[in-house]
Amino acid sequence: MSNELTPIDDSVAPQHAPRATDINPVSEKRAEQQVAILFGLSGVGSVLLIYSYIFVADNVFIFIPIMGNQNAQQLGIGIGMAMSLFFIGIAAIHWAKTLMPDKEVVNHRHEFRSSDEDRAELVQTVKEGVAGVQLGRRKLIKRSLGAAVGLFALPPVLLLRDLGPLPGKQLEMTNWKAGTRLLTDPGNRPILASDLEVGAVVQVLPAVDHEDERPLSDIAKDPVLLIRLRPQDFQLTPEKFAMTHEGIIAFSKICSHMGCAVALYEQQTKHLLCPCHQSTFDVTRGAKVIFGPAARPLPQLDITVDAEGYLVSRAPFNEAVGPSFWERNSQ
Amino acid sequence: MTTTEKIVGNTANFVDERLGAAKWVKKSLNKVFPDHWSFMFGEVCMYSFVILLLSGTFLTLWFDPSQKDVIYNGAYEPLKGLKMSAAYASTLNISFEVRGGLLMRQIHHWAANIFMAAIVAHLLRVFFTGAFRKPREFNWILGILLLTLGLVEGLFGYSLPDDLLSGTGLRITSAIIQAIPVVGTYVSFFLFGGAFPGTDFIPRIFTLHILLIPGIFLAVITIHVMLVWYQKHTQFPGVGRTETNVVGHPILPVYMAKAGGFFFVVFGITAFLGAVASINPIWLYGPYTPGQISAGSQPDWYMGWLDGLVRMAPPLETHAFGHTISWNILIPAVIVPGIIFTGMALYPFIESWITGDKREHHLLDRPRNVPNRTALGVMSVTFVMISLINGGNDIIATNFDLSINQIMWFSRIGIFILPPLAFIITKRLCLSLQRADRELLLHGAESGRLLRLPHGEFVEVHTPISPEKAFLLQSHEQLTPLEIEDVDARGVRRPGAIKNKIQRRLSKAHAVSVPKVTEQELKEIENH
Repeated sequence: MSNELTPIDDSVAPQHAPRATDINPVSEKRAEQQVAILFGLSGVGSVLLIYSYIFVADNVFIFIPIMGNQNAQQLGIGIGMAMSLFFIGIAAIHWAKTLMPDKEVVNHRHEFRSSDEDRAELVQTVKEGVAGVQLGRRKLIKRSLGAAVGLFALPPVLLLRDLGPLPGKQLEMTNWKAGTRLLTDPGNRPILASDLEVGAVVQVLPAVDHEDERPLSDIAKDPVLLIRLRPQDFQLTPEKFAMTHEGIIAFSKICSHMGCAVALYEQQTKHLLCPCHQSTFDVTRGAKVIFGPAARPLPQLDITVDAEGYLVSRAPFNEAVGPSFWERNSQ
Repeated sequence: MTTTEKIVGNTANFVDERLGAAKWVKKSLNKVFPDHWSFMFGEVCMYSFVILLLSGTFLTLWFDPSQKDVIYNGAYEPLKGLKMSAAYASTLNISFEVRGGLLMRQIHHWAANIFMAAIVAHLLRVFFTGAFRKPREFNWILGILLLTLGLVEGLFGYSLPDDLLSGTGLRITSAIIQAIPVVGTYVSFFLFGGAFPGTDFIPRIFTLHILLIPGIFLAVITIHVMLVWYQKHTQFPGVGRTETNVVGHPILPVYMAKAGGFFFVVFGITAFLGAVASINPIWLYGPYTPGQISAGSQPDWYMGWLDGLVRMAPPLETHAFGHTISWNILIPAVIVPGIIFTGMALYPFIESWITGDKREHHLLDRPRNVPNRTALGVMSVTFVMISLINGGNDIIATNFDLSINQIMWFSRIGIFILPPLAFIITKRLCLSLQRADRELLLHGAESGRLLRLPHGEFVEVHTPISPEKAFLLQSHEQLTPLEIEDVDARGVRRPGAIKNKIQRRLSKAHAVSVPKVTEQELKEIENH
């Protein structure tokens, strides 16, 4: 990649134009004053900060156009801090640009490659050092060293074992059993089929022993959406239709893509939309994915009513809810 | 001798007699740094890192990194009496009861955004000007490492308050971990201390966020800057600047004053943003619970492009032998970013293989003079921008009255078509700019003055350009393709024919450029 073309002219010397402050004492004096004023403004900022911190109450709001009502204390501390920092910087830069010497100087670069002599000496040193270790000759030491180091690599990994429990079947299980009542969330009230009008959507959780103390890891799996349509709106297989009750259909609210709450229901189109990645599920067709990255429909919960007429689950979910994982066994 | 001189002299003597530092310090203070506005990006990175350390330390004084349940009883009325984690409650406390606490939170978050933006700008500057070339490949790789660490550190940071938005982010993080074949479920259970969300994750990432990762940052930034120091900064071409010198201002006093001043300017601007521009108002989101979500859930912008890739992924899963592989998560969240970051880290070596150039480079390229590299850069930026746009598709749809589905389809198709298109257009633009440079050298600049010749013809008068400018336009090297023969001098076929062919093709594409002006051409013009 040698360049055969010679540059046109590289003998042009860099030009150094003197600044106004270099030749005019008036400019020089003015620049000095400007720097001093800038440092002074920084001081004003610090005073504003201290004043706001001590003397401005935290419930005073002032109106500022565009920004609306602002907390005077926060604003005073913030603006004071910004001023006290900013003007120190501006002053230093102005000082450097106007008054400090601005002549550019030249340094030379050294080549990074070491000399051949140094390299040869290094090779020699390393060779001698390695020879001194005698690994080539002492087979027994070499092997036992390898074994020891290999074994030593295990404990650090092993020591991390107690970070958490093994997954077991946890991802496949929820608190939905046969006959578990559906409770409103929030409120924890059982629901009669007649409580739901056509078009209604309700979030429910399973009845458990301590409903006020559900761990978040249960709420990450248990939420179910109840949606009531007219039975003739459904286009379901007979098995899936049998899992509905008088037009009420129940889906896991946990997205089958990445586990966000599928919280947006559009009544007109009867679509459920996940706000995270816009996977869209068609309720009438058993939450079939009609758009977005989700690959599976939302799991459907089999529901019926108990003797008192309250909605209950007839059986647990027949597949794992939430995002996929390696051990997930689905058809 | 004045008193000040005496004190300075005595101190210097005391230190030098113990450390022998005089020689090194003297040399260092005379060290020269070239000046260019684009060299500031790296400085902004370093300064915002310091701001992050300072504001972050302030926040740790009140933040309680615990996922234990508490009933909120603080100053913010709308959330009073609600069950939430101690992490969220203490973040509310910092925001509403600690004087200057909200300011510090906002400074910390703004500084994180500025940090990441400056890293990206710095990376683009280094890439487009070829500053990564030999001998600076190590520093390029360290830079990629810092970028990657920054992504993780940022994600952990905004996850700590345990609000509804950040909890949703962690839900997605756990789903990505779960999607990793074979070990994913186990890794997720170990990291979260059980099933998501558990009560261990926030204390754990707190330790990583405030101790381990900043420690690594500090070490890597130190090496990064020391290498710049040792290898000396690159410089743009110009009169008097060569591959064997470095022209600029010495550390003392000008560079030190400017750089030190600039730190305060960056800090001041960050503080101003923290004072007037609300960022991450967690009290509006509420505490995290996996059963709820807010519409328009968005990660910070530096993660947004990854989320955009996830959003546009096709709905693909493989179910076989009782196992599930989620391609819809693995491809956009693991495989594609893996390829991008590995490719970035290896780029200096790839380019050097293509050009066959193994020399040291200290003069920077003007991006137009290396069209292929510039086009590749713009292509990559286009890819990330489309992903980022798709990451905000819900926000765009709401604000511009568009359909999410249309934006998604635009991104799904655009991600394949627009980056190559950007490559072609950029390469053409670079060549046009080279041609314009050539015109400028040969015929001078258009003066806008029209002249009517005696026989009636109108011509525009061109004025010759300054010698400095002429030097700059001529200072680059003519790119030439590698000459690799399939057979050697004795007519024997070389091994690796396919490799040679690829290298030859790439090298040819890389070397496309406008011929430089020769001395002869200039003389001819002068004789006209």
